[in-house]
Amino acid sequence: MILLKENDFILINFNFILKNKHYIIFFLTALLSLTNLWSKTITVCSSCTVKTIREAIQEASDGDTIVVKKGIYKEANLKIDKSITLIGEDHPTIDGEQKGEIITIGADNVTLDGFKIINVGVSYTTDYAAVRVVRSEGFTIQNLELEKLFFGIYLQKSNNGKVLNNTVRGEAVTEFNSGNAIHLWYCSNVEVRGNDVRNVRDGIYLEFSDQITIIDNFSKNNVRYGLHFMFSNDNSVTNNQFETNGAGIALMFSKFMDVEHNIITKNWGTASYGLLLKEVNDVNLKNNVFKENTVGITVEGSNRLVYANNDFISNGYALIVKGACYDNQIIANNFLYNSFDISYNGRIHDNKFDNNFWSNYTGYDLDKDGIGDVPYRPVKLFSYIVNRTPEAIILLRSLFIDIIDFSEKVSPVFTPDDLMDENPRMKRIDHDKN
Amino acid sequence: MLKILKYSFYDLMRSRWSYVYFGFYLLLGVVLLFLNNDLSKAVITLMNVIIVLVPLIGTIFGVMYYYNSKEFTELLLAQPLKRSSIFLGQYLGVAISLSMSLILGLGIPFVFYGLFMSNAIWDFSLLLITGTFLTLIFTALAFNIALSNENRIKGFGYAILLWLFLAIIYDGIFLMSLILFADYPLDKLSLIGTMLNPIDLSRTLILLKLDISALLGYTGAVFKQFFGTNFGLIISFSALTLWVVLPVLRIAVKARKKDF
Amino acid sequence: MIKIKDLYKKFGKNEVLSGLNLEIGEGGIFAVLGPNGSGKTTLIKCLLGMVIPNKGEISVLGKNIKSGSGYRHKIDYLPQIANFPNNLRVKELITMIKDLRGKTDLDQELISLFKLEPFLDKKLGNLSGGTKQKVNLVLTFMFDSPLVILDEPTSGLDPISLLRLKKLIQAEKDKGKTILITSHIMSFVEEISDEIVFLLEGKIYFKGTITELKDKTKQPDFEHAIASILTENHA
Repeated sequence: MILLKENDFILINFNFILKNKHYIIFFLTALLSLTNLWSKTITVCSSCTVKTIREAIQEASDGDTIVVKKGIYKEANLKIDKSITLIGEDHPTIDGEQKGEIITIGADNVTLDGFKIINVGVSYTTDYAAVRVVRSEGFTIQNLELEKLFFGIYLQKSNNGKVLNNTVRGEAVTEFNSGNAIHLWYCSNVEVRGNDVRNVRDGIYLEFSDQITIIDNFSKNNVRYGLHFMFSNDNSVTNNQFETNGAGIALMFSKFMDVEHNIITKNWGTASYGLLLKEVNDVNLKNNVFKENTVGITVEGSNRLVYANNDFISNGYALIVKGACYDNQIIANNFLYNSFDISYNGRIHDNKFDNNFWSNYTGYDLDKDGIGDVPYRPVKLFSYIVNRTPEAIILLRSLFIDIIDFSEKVSPVFTPDDLMDENPRMKRIDHDKN
Repeated sequence: MLKILKYSFYDLMRSRWSYVYFGFYLLLGVVLLFLNNDLSKAVITLMNVIIVLVPLIGTIFGVMYYYNSKEFTELLLAQPLKRSSIFLGQYLGVAISLSMSLILGLGIPFVFYGLFMSNAIWDFSLLLITGTFLTLIFTALAFNIALSNENRIKGFGYAILLWLFLAIIYDGIFLMSLILFADYPLDKLSLIGTMLNPIDLSRTLILLKLDISALLGYTGAVFKQFFGTNFGLIISFSALTLWVVLPVLRIAVKARKKDF
Repeated sequence: MIKIKDLYKKFGKNEVLSGLNLEIGEGGIFAVLGPNGSGKTTLIKCLLGMVIPNKGEISVLGKNIKSGSGYRHKIDYLPQIANFPNNLRVKELITMIKDLRGKTDLDQELISLFKLEPFLDKKLGNLSGGTKQKVNLVLTFMFDSPLVILDEPTSGLDPISLLRLKKLIQAEKDKGKTILITSHIMSFVEEISDEIVFLLEGKIYFKGTITELKDKTKQPDFEHAIASILTENHA
């Protein structure tokens, strides 16, 4: 209930921002053109007059540019409270020496470009970040290399910004003492593009953040999730690649999302999924590839989802449908060489499977229309047995199991008898890939 | 022994049955490729077929060869030859010619289909290795049965029973006991259960290759170590080797004591 | 040549040889006779090491047969039913046996003796019983071993071949070989053998020449002598 109230408040807040948006934008552009007239450039290097970034920020005023030359700058707790541009030449290093947060942005229209930022302080009480953006608009954070971090780029109640082409390399082992590479909290209209995030807790994390575009990112070896949504709506996830994470993407308590053209591979483990869907509604999942995951997609309590044109290749389970999923459509996907295609809890079934290609389909096509003449039942009895007695997995592909699966297929007792693909394709579908 | 092996092998290479098996595997390979249009899928289907069919063929053919060549064996026994060499030679002759039928019969269509240029080649090699192991094991078991049973009908009966038991019934009992004892930690037990049946053992090898994603979803630590590392592969191959060695040793021992 | 001491063999509950003692000297033709089930074949198989006795000792040419299979180099054995691998050709079978036992040149001679030339390239599976038996004989006699064991050598042979076989056996004997024969054809045995070994109930009932046998049984001819032994013991 508290959660709901908070949500309501945010909605009101959000509406307020929307209403006043054009004023704000007008004001900003006016301000920008004004300051540009007198803007100056401050250069920072070990032999320059300005030797530290802190000094430079102090000297700068709105619209100025600070150019930092190559070198190591041992500075932490830098507060950027002016609309300035910080550019690193040849990737200068800012070493925070574990003293806590390194850069905090608290002004609109700040650009941070081309730094290597290392040694963020680790704390169990404060989420220290390499770069934090607080209540700011129009920020651009790009071409950063973050190492030895706790949190990487932390956006907090900040909107209309960009996070581009950053590289984050963490050293996370467990999820308890590590942070996220790119973290969005109460943000909207942010573009997260071309980042490469590895070995942190969550590659990209969004909470209460809407209208976020996540595109062309690469997320690998993260201990929890490659991409994690909580209470975030109207976002799009396109053309990203997720590899060997605890789980590829976790979508929780969110709605109106588009997840398209992503490649999610090799999420192996007991609680590993390519995509975890929990209490999400109205999501489009299209043209994604789920390959060699313990579970391609796990879905629970989610409604009105469209799964179309995806490839499920060599997963343990392609799709596990747990309870309370209604009105979902699974259409024109390829299910190729998965140990199990579908696992389905419960006998109530209100989801539509149609026009998919199943490599396990053994039917025939006498009328040569490319559609199998007998329906395909993707749920095997054996998957029920394995749910009850996990060790039985060792009997997979045994002739005995094939026999009991066959008898279940002929007369379903344990599996929903209407759960089938009436129009299984005879040939693999060539999806449009870009 | 090598001489006996040579002649048994020549004899079999010319026999109708070798051609029948060769032709059968050839047809199987061609049909699967034709139906699937896809190398990887054909390999998976083949694996399912191979682990059941190869033991059956190995057992039947082993028993048949033993009984059919009984008189010839007696001729050989009167020659200055060691008994164990005669039987091991014959055994290897059968096992090798069967393996050849398998390897060539399946290999030829797959090679023509472009096996060497596909990434299914490792799966396919594993398939052939497993098939060869199964041939060696079940031919040896067949020779054991035939050596212990003078009565041909009985021998055939036991051979079929053995196959039926190991291919189907064993797994049924296995599954029942897993479900029955579901409250206890079962991962060790289930691995041991697998080791005790060469068909299950070969299946495990294939699972390691095809279904590793599914297997890693299981929580047991022993399973994880077994399937997650090379440990499983090494243990499985060692157990398979043991499954070849033990019956072959018994052939040698049994042959030494038997009257003809 | 052969020394058998206290030989016992049981098949299940059925005792086939019960304390058999036999000594066979060098040279001569010995016929092993006896009713069905008297242990003739078992005795021969014991000699060849194909049946392993429960008790007793066998030595051939002064060597205990348990000490290895090498003594079989000194034995030529003609098995009762010749059944060879069907897919081999006659020529290949001969080459194979030569390959297994060692070199010999006698095979050509024997092949022409039994007129086997036209069959050399035929598969064994396609031969008639008689022809198979001839091949069998070639295989047996082509190694010039001091001990020859013939189990029913006459079966399936036509009269001409039978005649040739008799001559061959005589010739072998003249070389000083020891020849052991089992046969059901009494006339053949009477004609060819020097000594008779008569088995009854797993023991040697009689060993000696045919004349001695006739004297012992007080019968005018060989066949009756044998018959009288059998009726006496089974009456």
